[in-house]
Amino acid sequence: MSKQLDMFKTNLEEFASKHKQEIRKNPEFRVQFQDMCATIGVDPLASGKGFWSEMLGVGDFYYELGVQIIEVCLALKHQNGGLITLEELHQQVLKGRGKFAQDVSQDDLLRAIKKLKVLGSGFGIIPVGGTYLVQSVPAELNMDHTVVLQLAEKKGYVTVSEIRSSLKWETERAKQVLEHLLKEGMAWLDTQAAGEPQYWLPALFTELYSQEITPEEAQEAIP
Amino acid sequence: VCNTAGVKFDSGVLLLSTHRLIWRDQKNHECCIAIPLSQIVFIEEQAAGIGKSAKIVAHLHPASSNKEPGPFQSSKYSYVKLSFKEHGQIEFYRRLSEEITQRRWENMPTGQTIQVNKDPQAGRIRAVGIVGIERKLEEKRKETDKNISEAFEDLSKLMEKAKEMVELSKSIANKIKEKQGDITEDETIRFKSYLLSMGIANPVTRETYGSGTHYHMQLAKQLAGILQTPLEERGGIMSLTEVYCLVNRARGLELLSPEDLVNACKMLESLKLPLRLRIFDSGVMVIELQSHNEEEMVASALETVSEKGSLTADEFAKLVGMSVLLAKERLLLAEKMGHLCRDDSVEGLRFYPNLFMTQS
Repeated sequence: MSKQLDMFKTNLEEFASKHKQEIRKNPEFRVQFQDMCATIGVDPLASGKGFWSEMLGVGDFYYELGVQIIEVCLALKHQNGGLITLEELHQQVLKGRGKFAQDVSQDDLLRAIKKLKVLGSGFGIIPVGGTYLVQSVPAELNMDHTVVLQLAEKKGYVTVSEIRSSLKWETERAKQVLEHLLKEGMAWLDTQAAGEPQYWLPALFTELYSQEITPEEAQEAIP
Repeated sequence: VCNTAGVKFDSGVLLLSTHRLIWRDQKNHECCIAIPLSQIVFIEEQAAGIGKSAKIVAHLHPASSNKEPGPFQSSKYSYVKLSFKEHGQIEFYRRLSEEITQRRWENMPTGQTIQVNKDPQAGRIRAVGIVGIERKLEEKRKETDKNISEAFEDLSKLMEKAKEMVELSKSIANKIKEKQGDITEDETIRFKSYLLSMGIANPVTRETYGSGTHYHMQLAKQLAGILQTPLEERGGIMSLTEVYCLVNRARGLELLSPEDLVNACKMLESLKLPLRLRIFDSGVMVIELQSHNEEEMVASALETVSEKGSLTADEFAKLVGMSVLLAKERLLLAEKMGHLCRDDSVEGLRFYPNLFMTQS
C-alpha cells in the first residue's frame, strides 16, 4: 500500500500546486470538495497530519475557525444560554476575523462545528425554520425541545397555547419543555405579556431587531 | 438591497454610474438589478449599530408606467435600503449624493456612455464608463469560471484516485481481520498511519481509542510539556475545548484537529505522562494533572457551599474562579458522592449540603 500512497501523495501535490488558492478563496469550491470527499469515504479534516490538511491547507482553515467559534460562543453564553443562530455566529466570527481575513461561509462554520463535537463540550447543530441554531453547552436537548425551538423561531417567543395548538401536546408536556429551556438559560420568561406568559429565546433576539419593519408592521407585531 | 417586504438581495456589489445604481450578485453574475438615478428623490444614512450594518435609504419616485421589468412590478414601499455589510457606506453615500446633486444624466443621453480616450503614443483605446466596467467584470468572471471548471475537472480526477485508495484500504483491512496472527504489530501501526494520512476511518475496528499512531504518541508527549504550567495555573484541570484553543493559538500554523487532540489525550495515561484525560458522566472531557484529585476538590467545594448555604454553578464558578462548565461538573460529582443535593427549579439548579447524610 505504501507505493500507492506515495503515488497518491504526488497526485495530491500536483492538484495542490494548481488549485490550493482556489480552495482558499472559493467557498463553493470548498463545498464541492468536502462533498466529494464524503461521498468516497474520506474525511479531509480528520487529522492535521493528513495529506489533505498538509498539502491543501484545508486543515488549518477549519481548525482555526473552530477556535474562533468556541470563543464567540463562550463570550455570548451568559446572554443566550449557549444557543446562537448560525447567522449571528457568522457575523460575530467575521467581525473577529477582521476585514482583510479570508472569507468564511456558513457552510464552513457548520463543518467546523461538526468537528468540534468530538471535544465533548456539547457542540451541536439544531435545524430550525430554514436555518440552524448552534448549541455550545452540554445541555440535553431532545426532540421535544428541538421542536419547540423551531416553533419559537418565527417570532422569537412561544407560549403554552401555541404549543398546544400547533403541536397538539398536553399542557404538562409543553410546560416541562419550557421549564427545561428556562433552567438552561436558553429561554427568558415574560410574565407581563398581555394574555399569557411568553417564553423568549435570546438566541433569536438579533434576528428580530435587525429586521427592518415599517411602523405598520410594528403595530401588527405587538399584541 | 432590501425593500422591507422582506425581500433581500444579499451578497452583491453595488455600482454607481452617472445614470444608474446597479446591484450585481457576487456569486451569480447574471443576477443584476438597477435603478435609474432619476428615480431617487433623496437619500439618507442610517448608522451601523449592534447587529446592524450601516445603510443608505433611497427614497424613490413612484414607478413610471414605462418602467422596465424588474424584481417587482410594484411595491407598496417607496424606498429601498442598501445595506453595507462590510464597509464602503460612507464613501458610497458621498459619491451618490454628488451624482444626485449634479444630475449628469440630464446632460448625457443614455446609450452614449462610452467615452473613448485615444492614447496617442500607445494607440490604445480604453473604454470608460459603465460599459467599460461591465466588460472588465465580464472578463474577470470568464477567467474565474474557466479556472473553476478546470479545478472541478482536476478535483474529480483526484477523487477517483482517492476512491481507489479507500477500496485498497478496505481490502487490506479484511486481510488483517482474517490473518490475525500473521500481521505484525509494526505493520498494523503502519497501516493505521496510512489511514491517518488519507483521512480514512479505521475499517477494522471503527475505533477511535487506540487508533493512536506514532504521531499521536509524539503529540501526547508534546502536550504533556505544553500543558503542565497552564494546568497548574488553572487549579489542575481544564476542559478539552480550552486545551484545543490554547494549543492551537500557541501553534499558529499546522494546527491540531479536534480528533488529533482527543486521540493524543487518550494515550496520555498509557504513556505514563503526568496528565490524564477524564470523561465525566455528562460527556464533558477534561485534562487533569495526575496530581490533581477531583474527589479531594469536592471536599473543599462542600465547604464553600456550606459557608454560603447554597450555590448555583454560576455562583460557585465566580467564587472559586473556575469556568462554569467545570464548576458544574464538580458540583455534580459532589452530588454523586452524596455530599450535595440539588434543588432543581425553574430558577435554576442550586446545590445544598446534603443534610440527609450529615444529620440524622
